[in-house]
Amino acid sequence: MPSISRDEVAHLARLARLAVTDDELDLFAGQLDVILQSVSAVGDIATADIPPTSHAVPLTNVFREDVVRPSLGQAKTLAGAPAAEDGRFRVPRILGEEA
Amino acid sequence: MTSVADLMDYDEVVERFDPMLGLEVHVELHTKTKMFCGCANEFGGEPNTHVCPVCLAAPGALPVVNGIAVESAIKIGLALNCEIAEWCRFARKNYFYPDMPKNFQTSQYDEPIAFNGYLDVTLDDGEVFRVEIERAHMEEDTGKSLHVGGTAGRIHGAEHSLLDYNRAGVPLIEIVTKMIPGTAERAPEVARAYVSALRDLLKALDVSDVRMDQGSLRCDANVSLSPKETGVLGTRTETKNVNSLRSVERAVRFEMTRQAAILAEGGEIVQETRHFEEASGTTRAGRRKETAEDYRYFPEPDLVPIAPSREWVEELRLTLPEMPAQRRKRVQAEWKLTDAELRDLVNADAVDLVAATVEAGATSVEARSWWVSYLMQQANTRGVELGALPITPAQVAKVVALVNEGALTNKLAREVVIGVLDGEGEPEQVVEARGLKVVSDDSALEKAVDEALAAQPDVADKIRDGKVAAAGAIVGAVMKATKGQADAKRVRELVISRCS
Amino acid sequence: MSLIRSTAAELAAKIHGGEVSAVEVAQAHLDRISSVDKGINAFLHVDTEGALAAAKQVDDDVAAGRPVASPLAGVPLALKDVLVAEGMPTTCGSKILEGWHSPYDATVTRRLREAGVVILGKTNMDEFAMGSSTENSAYGPTHNPWDLDRIPGGSGGGSSAALAAFEAPLAIGTDTGGSIRQPGAVTGTVGVKPTYGSVSRYGLVAFSSSLDQAGPCARTVLDAALLHEVIAGYDDRDSTSINAPVPPVVAAAREGASGDLSGVRVGVVTQFSGEGYQPGVLASFEAAVEQLRQLGAEVVQVSCPSFDYALPAYYLIAPSEASSNLARFDAMRYGLRVGDDGSHGAEEVMSLTREAGFGAEVKRRIMIGTYALSSGYYDAYYGSAQKVRTLISRDFDAAFATVDVLVSPTTPTTAFKIGERSGDPMAMYKADLCTIPSNLAGNAAMNVPSGLSADDGLPVGLQIMAPPLQDHRMYRVAAAYEVARDAAQGGPLIQRVPQLEGI
Ligand SMILES: [Mg+2]
Ligand SMILES: [Zn+2]
Repeated sequence: MPSISRDEVAHLARLARLAVTDDELDLFAGQLDVILQSVSAVGDIATADIPPTSHAVPLTNVFREDVVRPSLGQAKTLAGAPAAEDGRFRVPRILGEEA
Repeated sequence: MTSVADLMDYDEVVERFDPMLGLEVHVELHTKTKMFCGCANEFGGEPNTHVCPVCLAAPGALPVVNGIAVESAIKIGLALNCEIAEWCRFARKNYFYPDMPKNFQTSQYDEPIAFNGYLDVTLDDGEVFRVEIERAHMEEDTGKSLHVGGTAGRIHGAEHSLLDYNRAGVPLIEIVTKMIPGTAERAPEVARAYVSALRDLLKALDVSDVRMDQGSLRCDANVSLSPKETGVLGTRTETKNVNSLRSVERAVRFEMTRQAAILAEGGEIVQETRHFEEASGTTRAGRRKETAEDYRYFPEPDLVPIAPSREWVEELRLTLPEMPAQRRKRVQAEWKLTDAELRDLVNADAVDLVAATVEAGATSVEARSWWVSYLMQQANTRGVELGALPITPAQVAKVVALVNEGALTNKLAREVVIGVLDGEGEPEQVVEARGLKVVSDDSALEKAVDEALAAQPDVADKIRDGKVAAAGAIVGAVMKATKGQADAKRVRELVISRCS
Repeated sequence: MSLIRSTAAELAAKIHGGEVSAVEVAQAHLDRISSVDKGINAFLHVDTEGALAAAKQVDDDVAAGRPVASPLAGVPLALKDVLVAEGMPTTCGSKILEGWHSPYDATVTRRLREAGVVILGKTNMDEFAMGSSTENSAYGPTHNPWDLDRIPGGSGGGSSAALAAFEAPLAIGTDTGGSIRQPGAVTGTVGVKPTYGSVSRYGLVAFSSSLDQAGPCARTVLDAALLHEVIAGYDDRDSTSINAPVPPVVAAAREGASGDLSGVRVGVVTQFSGEGYQPGVLASFEAAVEQLRQLGAEVVQVSCPSFDYALPAYYLIAPSEASSNLARFDAMRYGLRVGDDGSHGAEEVMSLTREAGFGAEVKRRIMIGTYALSSGYYDAYYGSAQKVRTLISRDFDAAFATVDVLVSPTTPTTAFKIGERSGDPMAMYKADLCTIPSNLAGNAAMNVPSGLSADDGLPVGLQIMAPPLQDHRMYRVAAAYEVARDAAQGGPLIQRVPQLEGI
């Protein structure tokens, strides 16, 4: 069963966008290991013939009518923004693929 | 930048390699509201005005599925000859990106609403090529970012970015083909023809604006090469940012010549995303990720499964309009068109226009001749698509009717059309305003004929001597005098009767 | 009895009868908060102005002879800070949302306002509802009014402590793995997790979407029922909302108060006893079961073997969903932003902000969830946990085929000392052992105090569980039990909370 390395913790932290410290890497590596060892017990009874349950109460086909509802408006939309410019959210430069 | 020396001659490429295609098309539905909230689904607009807690991903906000979007997805699936899932779900595709407010895209993963279909695509020479469809699934669009500073608008070197979430949450259907083998030298053409056929089909379904230039239809092209007849699959690249039908063809062709050159030198193709550069017709590598993406898909717990009943699916099937391919077959028979004539019509994107003109009273021959010749010329000179010309099929039919009544000559009719295109109003208004009525008053014509005969007595004598061919000079003079508003045939009759 | 020690039902009767004004009632509670909350830290925000204005509205209705908006119009309430409310900050106990004001009301908030309920302010909680002690709040722990050195339960410790400290007669909690019931148990208050889907989650800042459910907290069963009927009901903004009538919980509570449980079959879950259970807790539980029997209930033992796997399944599902739900806190659109000094790109600013803005428990769960959802591990972890959910639901179905309600201790121990378990996540997680199965299966469950533990004199809770949408069954049993308990113990348990004045 899993034994989580510091490298794996670092990879998870990168996926989850957490700039963890070195101390946290060690702490989390140890704690995740304990927790994951313990939760892996689910594998003992979760056999192939059992269907998974994703929703406690089974509902299907919940749809909305295609009718416009009022939006927040630009001012309210941007009210909580850390930074805004020209009616838009201002964010640090984005490195990545061009859309 | 790839230089020409890095490319293999296309004929050589297809001699040495078999291309394998895969096409992913994202289409924005033109529902009234977004996929999961009641914000207006409108192109453009002041930034961040079509935004609510749901599409902004405000803490606590929850999605609710737009029923019309689901209906559209099922219709698209049916039109693509797909099976419609009896039960399917949305999933979360987790990755961080500032244009995606929740930092996950609500999409479908292993349970698409439609799967296993095909689309028959007619190539330029009339051959029909079947493209198999893997799946069509529902998802949502992202917001738009604007990069400020550095090279204008480019992401690299930008100092900061500005985000507008008006487009965030707009319903998207992603249509994915199975791998398309056997296209050989026609791979670029098949790619273009497929996207074109898909566009026509979506237009017929009236589910999207299908404007490639505005991004409501976007195509990603996967291309790989395998050495001829080995069947060994090559490494593929995925080219994005392909914004027109012509670009689809060019992008595929370019990738083939680029990959072939690398393979011929014993190099390896890097599996990567590439971007098509419209201006140069080339592709360039996108940013390479250090680690493979791990989207950590799981069923969206904020939404419940979708289980379209078979009754609902059959009801929707009954609402499907005639598909473009069937329609073409039908009009070809009805209008008695040769394959070449039909192809011209299709290539000009004029089938609907001609049909509507016929509906408004013109014959198919008249309607066709207007749209594929004179109006096509006008579209070209004005730099717009035929359908974007500011003239309606009803107006064209009216012009045809005026010609048939003898109120307009063909030449005058063209002038009327120009007037309509220039925004001068309905055909009758243009006729009035420009004074384009055929001079049909015989007494006025007789006067003009007599004047012309008097002016050229020698010609008049020849006619009187039975040399009828000489009448042409008089007719010409009359037409000139009446500024072309006379019916030449009637003038000729008058000339001859005056001289007999 | 003083205004602050009255029940919500009593206060409502006095306000609607013009005997006392809603403003006086609100002011009495605001005064109480000023005098004791320094030592409790139940409130993260007190909305004095808003509360008095809402109270005045009710007084105006009464004065004008207009019908009051609801049976609870004018009664004050403490709102857990995980539900958004316009005009008040919402922090979820996290630094990452410090100072953030929601641009919209949660459906629960809207229903409370429409019912004329007076919202006093927002209560403290474990950050993003992750915890069982309220020690994980970025704004300091909440203290248990029964013993200020002890935890008030969690994540809704602010709400439970506010009730036990007589700062509010009603509160709203949210229960993902026991965050309403466990705080109720350790503070001697009533807490109900309604059937999943019966109270809208719109505006409840998500921890684990498939488990979260808001519910009423109060000092009596009837008060909880009255609040239940205000907040429950179909909402078209929540796709998982059940479009069915709200179970008749107030009628059931009144019926139960007659003290007759004959014909009711009660199942004791055999899995929830033995090792790890405090003797005083088990003794109190057994006494409660005996009392149910004396009220006429038929008591049988019921085995639910897969409940043993509920805790591991929960600690896979909840962190997995949380890792995705909390991705939106990225410094781009709202909340904290760290490191935006021109030298860092968006991705780095996101990472620096999340590192600085989230506490240790939140980060730990995000990491577990990220791991459990990873492509190579999905089937072994998240997928298997969802199968365990199926098995737990089957155990419940089988049990409810033979009994009307199930009972167990709400928590294995009484309130532990602040700091005692904070270094040991697994020990902390065990506080939710008995409450988690009902979150996984989505059925209704509640805590009703069963007395004080003989070991330490601290409150013990009885958990009553009912099938989905049969919430009224447990209210009936709880109300009957409450009457019998008070009779046997010489008055309401809650009145034995130590004096807090002058702390
Ligand atoms: Mg996609
Ligand atoms: Zn919206």
